[in-house]
Amino acid sequence: VSSATQAGPAAAAGPASTLSQRRPLGDRTFQAVALGSGLLVLVILVLIAVSTSQQASSWFATEGVKGIFSTTWNPAANQFGALAFIFGTGVTAVIAVVIAVPISVGVALLLTEVVPYRLARPIVYVIDLLAVVPSVVWGLWGILVFAPWVQGVYNGIASAVKGVPVLGPLFGPPASGASFFTAGLILAFMITPIVTSLSREVIATVPTIEREGAYALGATRLEMIRGAVWPHSQGGIVGAVLLGLGRAMGETIAAALVIGASPTITSHLFAPGYNMPAVIANEFGEASGLYRSALMGLGVLLFVFTIIVNLIARAIVERSARRMRGA
Amino acid sequence: MAVITQEPKVDLREPAGWRRTKDRVATVLMVLAFVVVIVPLGFVLYTVIAKGASVISWSFLTSGPIPPNVLPASVGGMGPAVLGTIEITALATVLAVPLGVLGAIYLREYGGKGPLARLIGFMADVMTGVPSIIMGLFIFSIWVLHFGYSGLAGAFALGCLMLPVVIRSSDEMLKLVPDSLREGSYALGATKARVTVTVVLPAAIGGIVSGALLAVARAAGETAPLIFTILTVTAANPNVFSGANTALPAQIFVNASQPYVGAQARAWGAALTLIAIAFILMIAARVVTARFTRYPR
Repeated sequence: VSSATQAGPAAAAGPASTLSQRRPLGDRTFQAVALGSGLLVLVILVLIAVSTSQQASSWFATEGVKGIFSTTWNPAANQFGALAFIFGTGVTAVIAVVIAVPISVGVALLLTEVVPYRLARPIVYVIDLLAVVPSVVWGLWGILVFAPWVQGVYNGIASAVKGVPVLGPLFGPPASGASFFTAGLILAFMITPIVTSLSREVIATVPTIEREGAYALGATRLEMIRGAVWPHSQGGIVGAVLLGLGRAMGETIAAALVIGASPTITSHLFAPGYNMPAVIANEFGEASGLYRSALMGLGVLLFVFTIIVNLIARAIVERSARRMRGA
Repeated sequence: MAVITQEPKVDLREPAGWRRTKDRVATVLMVLAFVVVIVPLGFVLYTVIAKGASVISWSFLTSGPIPPNVLPASVGGMGPAVLGTIEITALATVLAVPLGVLGAIYLREYGGKGPLARLIGFMADVMTGVPSIIMGLFIFSIWVLHFGYSGLAGAFALGCLMLPVVIRSSDEMLKLVPDSLREGSYALGATKARVTVTVVLPAAIGGIVSGALLAVARAAGETAPLIFTILTVTAANPNVFSGANTALPAQIFVNASQPYVGAQARAWGAALTLIAIAFILMIAARVVTARFTRYPR
């Protein structure tokens, strides 16, 4: 009787809990198994952090924080500084994002705002094909076909900007086709599908009524995009860009093959370089002891960096999605 | 009213002049962006097919062991790597797909909007962003150091990559199943487990299978998690549970940095095989989506 007059949660929980006690064993077991599978995600993430840090502990103990900021990487002399690889990871990922983002957003806008649905579908299929080409195939193509070809392009650019301030030191003559810039380009091809599809999802949530409102005011398509689509999807696209950045930082095999395998810090983007995933992939096989521990340490740093980028990206995406629902 | 009738010459259909030019330029740039995407894709596919097709034959796909790098492509084949890829990917699928679907069932059917389900969902999203090489290092640390290199270790690493992807795609599909279906079953007195297994899952199975196939297609091409877990040997190892193994992506990685023409040719052949496997899985996913989806997006 009281539950009918009082609609408090305590009153509702009473009869529900007696019901759940009568639930058969199979039902409860199924729920427990499902919960266990869900918790596996958290368990794996914690185990990754713990086990790789453990393996890296002797590097952290020997080199400490100084090791992270040291530029000398000389396995023969037991010197393992991480800074050159952190630099390389940053440079290649930024090159990839700077190239991939305008292209991805352009294609996303093309798909959502310009072409009709029946034409958009085959275009989406083609973009998906790009995502299915494995990293190692990009690397194989990159080192055997693309790098030798692009070296000529680099030579042309280098002689064109020679002596020009800012551009001159950035785009000097290449030593070979394998360089920071080649790795950045290949990574750009690889993250384009993910940034495109995420941007497309974000742009698709813009209310049709706002588009039509802009058109009704006499806006051109470009003006409609700037006035109605952009304010709505800004946050989500920033999130998509950060997710692309995280991908570019962690992509291993393609970068390992085309980056040039030289741990250097330079402003010169056509010079051979190195980044964290590439050095781990290339040198882990022959490493042992402190050397292996240092490579594990690079892995831990990479894990931390990508987790941070992903957390920020997901938070931005969630926030903009919530605001969209509120609107 | 009078103001409007005084300006009859304004053409409302299309903006003219500078505004229109800017609009046209923007459209051309968008089309150009698509062309920029198409060119490298076409270039890669063309090269892989042109260089790989002449290498591939039945004996290339089945015979082994993989010959030394100096030998030409006409000798021996990638049989061990094809076998390894199939057994490792299959094992990873068997491990990750059921767990991923169960995890999604927890998120959608049990957890609801509770804090734990939200945390797991968020962390699954974050886990999709963990680089594949980290999964390799992880399995190396907790498995390979204690039990040695094996196909199983490779399958664990690939499974870790697939798990969050399967959770997310299955979750999306379960979301599409209408609540009226669940409520109807409860009204008949069914338990939650029975409703989930016999009503909700069959209703969403098309989308779940197609999502899982796409996850498998991505995992089959992954290299970084394998090089630390299977060791990339040249002889075939039909026992996936013990002993060093090999796989197509790992073999391509090894061969790509070789100066020998034969090794490179074998890499192109293996690349074509790998892309063909990925495409077949992707087409299968499309077919499943087209034929078995009951509740489309």
